[in-house]
Amino acid sequence: MACISIVLQKVFWPGGINYIEMNPSLAVYLGMKRAGINFATSVPCVNLQELLASINEDEQIVHIPVTREEEGVGLCAGAWMGGRRPALLMQNSGLGNSINALASLDILYGIPLLMIISHRGGKGEPIVGQVPMGQLTAPLLDAMAIPHFSPRLADAEETVAGAWSRAYAGRRPVAVLLDLVFWRAK
Amino acid sequence: MKRIDAIFLAGQAAQAQDALLVSNIGFPSRELFSVKDRPENFYMLGSMGLASSIGLGLALAGPERKVIVLDGDGSVLMNLGTLATIAHHAPENYLLVILDNCCYGSTGSQPTCTHLGTDLFALAKAAGIKNVKKVDSADDLPQVLQGQGVVIVKVEAGNAAVPIISLSPEEIIERFMRSARLAALS
Repeated sequence: MACISIVLQKVFWPGGINYIEMNPSLAVYLGMKRAGINFATSVPCVNLQELLASINEDEQIVHIPVTREEEGVGLCAGAWMGGRRPALLMQNSGLGNSINALASLDILYGIPLLMIISHRGGKGEPIVGQVPMGQLTAPLLDAMAIPHFSPRLADAEETVAGAWSRAYAGRRPVAVLLDLVFWRAK
Repeated sequence: MKRIDAIFLAGQAAQAQDALLVSNIGFPSRELFSVKDRPENFYMLGSMGLASSIGLGLALAGPERKVIVLDGDGSVLMNLGTLATIAHHAPENYLLVILDNCCYGSTGSQPTCTHLGTDLFALAKAAGIKNVKKVDSADDLPQVLQGQGVVIVKVEAGNAAVPIISLSPEEIIERFMRSARLAALS
């Protein structure tokens, strides 16, 4: 935890970013900062733990851990209407818990949302229970016409920032899917 | 007390306090639209269960303005985790009003578990919410609507004969966000 905050402090020094070794959690965090995200809700995934710790320590981001992902969709919608830039961080299992809210709240009213999704159930997945939703994640998003992106480490910061721009411009949810290969990158 | 009478009192209280008012899916929103329409009302047309979450996001986004949520027993039972989130994260400007008619009023008055004895007051307390009140009569309602936390209001089953809301989702959110932002700027 301490080590993360030291890294982030260095990042915010002028020019300091050149000295930092990029890692998956930092790249996503920097993308969120570039997008100006200042409200986040989350249900944890083991792959999100460092990112969640960074968001927790960031005083510019109101972070509310929720009990279920759908609840986070509701909180983020309210925060948007109140003038915030919202993000929902979750595992792809939580996408299944959020389908109706994404459709009949965000898509119905035209509410933007950045979804940062740990995409389990793909190549290298050790937990068999993750596989069905892993395979259904992209088709579900496609069926809802929710744009989704699966960046690699080198382009993650830009992809996350761009995903929010697309959500904002189109007034709809946009998903960034981060699979096991992404999290293992150094 | 009839639900529409409780809704009218809540609409009046919201106006008097210049509060934002989020109202639940189905007949409650229709009744509010009929008796006390204001641009500061957000009529939730889908996403059953999320009224309390949307209101919480709003209250957190703009702590200087009061947010009142009109919810129902069936909807809160669908999103019980919201009580735990409210207990630990709701700011002082948040009031959740649960209109408990012991049934799913908009779908044919099928009984909910509060009809069988599930106690929403006790559940809210047990979730850790400090300020929980219970109201049975219209005379006591205006006073508690001044406060914050959670109020359980016992109302009769049955819907008023009111038309469908004549606003589109786009109109609802556009005028709501405009009035929410006006306050933020003033």
